[in-house]
Amino acid sequence: MFLRRIVLVVSLAAATGCSGVEPWVKPYERQNFADPIMAADRNPIATSYLNHVFDAREGARGALGGHGGGCGCN
Amino acid sequence: MARLVIPFALAAIAAGAALTAGSPTQAAVLPDDRADVLYHRYEGGGVTVDGPSLLVRKKVAENYSVSANYYVDMVSSASIDVLTTASPYEETRRQGSLALDALNGKTQYSVSFTNSDENDYTANTASFDLSQELFGDLTTLSLGFSRGWDEVRKRGDEEFEEPVDRRSYRLGLSQIVTPTLMLGFAFETITDEGFLNNPYRSVRYLDAENPAGFAFQPEAYPNTRTSNAVALNARYFLPYRAVAHGEYRWFTDTWGIDAHTVRLGYTHPLGERWVLEGGYRWYDQSSADFYADLFPRRDAQNFLARDKELSTFSSHMLSVGATYEFGVSRWSFLKRSTVNVFYDRMRFDYDDFRDILSGGAPGAEPLYGFDANVYRIFVSAWF
Repeated sequence: MFLRRIVLVVSLAAATGCSGVEPWVKPYERQNFADPIMAADRNPIATSYLNHVFDAREGARGALGGHGGGCGCN
Repeated sequence: MARLVIPFALAAIAAGAALTAGSPTQAAVLPDDRADVLYHRYEGGGVTVDGPSLLVRKKVAENYSVSANYYVDMVSSASIDVLTTASPYEETRRQGSLALDALNGKTQYSVSFTNSDENDYTANTASFDLSQELFGDLTTLSLGFSRGWDEVRKRGDEEFEEPVDRRSYRLGLSQIVTPTLMLGFAFETITDEGFLNNPYRSVRYLDAENPAGFAFQPEAYPNTRTSNAVALNARYFLPYRAVAHGEYRWFTDTWGIDAHTVRLGYTHPLGERWVLEGGYRWYDQSSADFYADLFPRRDAQNFLARDKELSTFSSHMLSVGATYEFGVSRWSFLKRSTVNVFYDRMRFDYDDFRDILSGGAPGAEPLYGFDANVYRIFVSAWF
């Protein structure tokens, strides 16, 4: 149910013209995000292993990795 | 022989699913073709886990990318849990993952499947992830769902076979805020249902008839668990081409565990070929409601746990790493290649888990703590 609501919100946002929002950081100002050192996860194989170590030793889980990046440079 | 590595299997399969599925933060750009060969090693608390991990990713046609990962944990355990109630053991866990990413305009779809197998635990996970760029490509929204179905077995008991059903729901958002700052948000709900405790682990309780003053009985967990985690992170591009980054995660679950995680890191290129990085991570959690180091009597309550991962504890981790880019002139098909060495030093201090091997009156033994070394050494090649 939660996922369905999220998909609905996203669909509505896309259909009602989110693409019309004027980007305040212009494409030519995004070269820093194309730099490999700015990548959220430069070495997925190493990050994945470390997250595995945390998950095995700690009670907490989830919301690790796969977020916080975004290129926006193409 | 007791084996206490079930959490390792679950943790690894979650990490493996995330590894092969394309990063949802890379919407509108399929991941680069690359191959990685990694050797990993963890040493700490009487446990050594090492092995290889291989990852290959390749674009197929214009809008598809496939990836495969093979991962092995070779475990040698003489942890305090094992030494307390069983004998040291060795075992191997193997894991394989396959994923397909598809790009359609500004939307990326990923499906993946991961299987993990060891002699007393089999785990399977299927995942679907979707990410979409919005607002002039400044925002990336990602959604994900995973379904896991596991089988828990017990060595020495052929009749023992219990299922676990796992589901994960993910939401992520990344936002370019300025030409040098990116913020990220992640939310994940995970539900488990089935046999969630370890068939080998025991809890201890006061027993005046035992010469040690205490005795053991099997642990008993609830058969459901739901957790929520929220993370916020930031990456900042410094004027002299370096990156500072930080992350905070808050976690809570229906077992009564609350946890906080803070990570800080710094990445610094050196010349054309080197990238150096360092970081610090702090983690703190409260115990599960049904955890106790020493219960007052046998069957003191419905649910019983003495797993130190469910106790109150904190940990600190210092990380350093170096990447060196090198060329192989005779292999012209390689665009670039790197060799990487990362080292992490961890310290765990438990507030209510006692080192009963050190002796002392029941409940008055020294608190347990240990250091761990983590090594990640790998070669990466882009082609």
